[in-house]
Amino acid sequence: MTSTTTSAPESTTDAPATRAEVCVAAAADLFRDNGEMIASAFGTIPAIGVRLARETFSPDLLISDGEAYMLRGTNPVGKKPQGDVEAWTPFRTIFDLVWYGKRHVVMIPSQVDAYANTNISAIGEYSKPKVQLLGVRGGPGNTVSHPTSYWVPKHSSRVFVPNVDMVSGVGNDRAAEAGPAAQRYHDLRGVLTNLAVLDFADDGRLRLASVHPGVTVEQVQQATGFDLVIDGDVPETRQPTAEELRLIREVLDPKGLRDKEVSG
Amino acid sequence: MVDKTIGAAEVISRLESGMTIGIGGWGSRRKPMSLVREILRSDLKDLTVVSYGGPDVGLLCAAGKVKKVVFGFVSLDSIALDPHFRAARQSGAIEVAEYDEGMLQWGLYAAGIKLPFLPTRAGLGSDVMKYNPDLRTVADPYGGDTTVAMPAIHLDAALVHMNRADQHGNAQFLGPDPYFDDLYCMAADQAFVSCEKIVPTAELTENHHPATLRINRVVVSGVVEAPGGAHFTSCVPDYERDEQFQREYVKAAGDAETWREFERKYLAVPESEYQAAVSARHEEVSA
Repeated sequence: MTSTTTSAPESTTDAPATRAEVCVAAAADLFRDNGEMIASAFGTIPAIGVRLARETFSPDLLISDGEAYMLRGTNPVGKKPQGDVEAWTPFRTIFDLVWYGKRHVVMIPSQVDAYANTNISAIGEYSKPKVQLLGVRGGPGNTVSHPTSYWVPKHSSRVFVPNVDMVSGVGNDRAAEAGPAAQRYHDLRGVLTNLAVLDFADDGRLRLASVHPGVTVEQVQQATGFDLVIDGDVPETRQPTAEELRLIREVLDPKGLRDKEVSG
Repeated sequence: MVDKTIGAAEVISRLESGMTIGIGGWGSRRKPMSLVREILRSDLKDLTVVSYGGPDVGLLCAAGKVKKVVFGFVSLDSIALDPHFRAARQSGAIEVAEYDEGMLQWGLYAAGIKLPFLPTRAGLGSDVMKYNPDLRTVADPYGGDTTVAMPAIHLDAALVHMNRADQHGNAQFLGPDPYFDDLYCMAADQAFVSCEKIVPTAELTENHHPATLRINRVVVSGVVEAPGGAHFTSCVPDYERDEQFQREYVKAAGDAETWREFERKYLAVPESEYQAAVSARHEEVSA
């Protein structure tokens, strides 16, 4: 199809998937088979991913307007969402639902260790931190109450560290040590990064589940400050389907905000 | 019926250095900023501040009013972190008690309903237990899970900002979220409600469902009419967050000289002059 005069401009869906788009599809996959669940996604790519999941294979997800309502409808990221209000969910109701357990959150950790203990509180000595971050927020409660995943937009050994400075989100080893009350609803699903998808080995350590197209296993391991579990041949993260690419490019993120979070 | 209308100065006169003060709202949303500014101008010091923190915490830290912050996060929402709180933490100037945000709710709720603690899973396995070494777990007397016993967070005073109130202390939120303001009031010996407008009681429910009356007079000690009292945080539907002003606040914090200028212009002046300066600013911006 190389006609020079009559063809329409190349459809936006024909271009191969970018890294950001692979990440969006992988973020959507975190919400696959979640059923009727409150889906809270921090970060641009998880926010597009959760919308993509609801548009396609997980239609029953509940998604917040970022304030106090659950909204139906299809909304692009970066714009005030519109749609039918299906629930009033002020923070107090969200807190109740967190403990109720039918919520899946994707948080952005500043540090992650081999068992996916995560830190969003402070870097360095706790009494006088080198860098004060947000604070633990809902991390401790989320992780012992409902499914939790993480998004790391810049996979590096600064984020993936042997020991996190302040355990805000409870990892697999710490949940086990803390006993049945901590473990009963503890349910870490995985860590998505700009390089790879990580899930968990049987011993609770992070395992390299797939590398994104164009990324090598060695690259991921080099950017990780501890040994990832690597079981044999590591597959490649799946490509978004043509329909997913259309939804991402034309409906859910027409302004290309995803490229500001992950390039290439 | 008791008229609880008072001025901001009277609120401050009922507070003392060393007190534990809870501040309502959330992040940079519906904060009782005019009362916070009044504290900045006062001699109060060594305060323990309990907050779903925003610029209230930042400003009080910047003014050296804070001994300890009891918090789950401090954020300006549209700007992730508050520069003054960061600076106070990173210089080791303040003590902290950092809890999961649900634990914080539980602590306020326990204080309000006069319980010593409430059980929760939140905190288990995390370093919240390590850095709050006084936290204890409690065995289920019925044989179930052992959980965290989140202690009551008793407040000497609570400060909250609502959209409307009557002179008796019945107070109304008109935005999407009541936050935890009623729990702050119940957890406190004295609760002070500032509001955009004091109206006759009948007017409160003229156009709004009674469920918007989240705070009722039995938990309120004083009511302050403070139009623009949440500025520069949001107070929808009365006004949105003043993003431009918030950016200026953050920028000013980056440099000692600029911060002194910000203080001189906005914080060292009476509330009426603050509001006038904000209005003048808006005219400048829109011109």
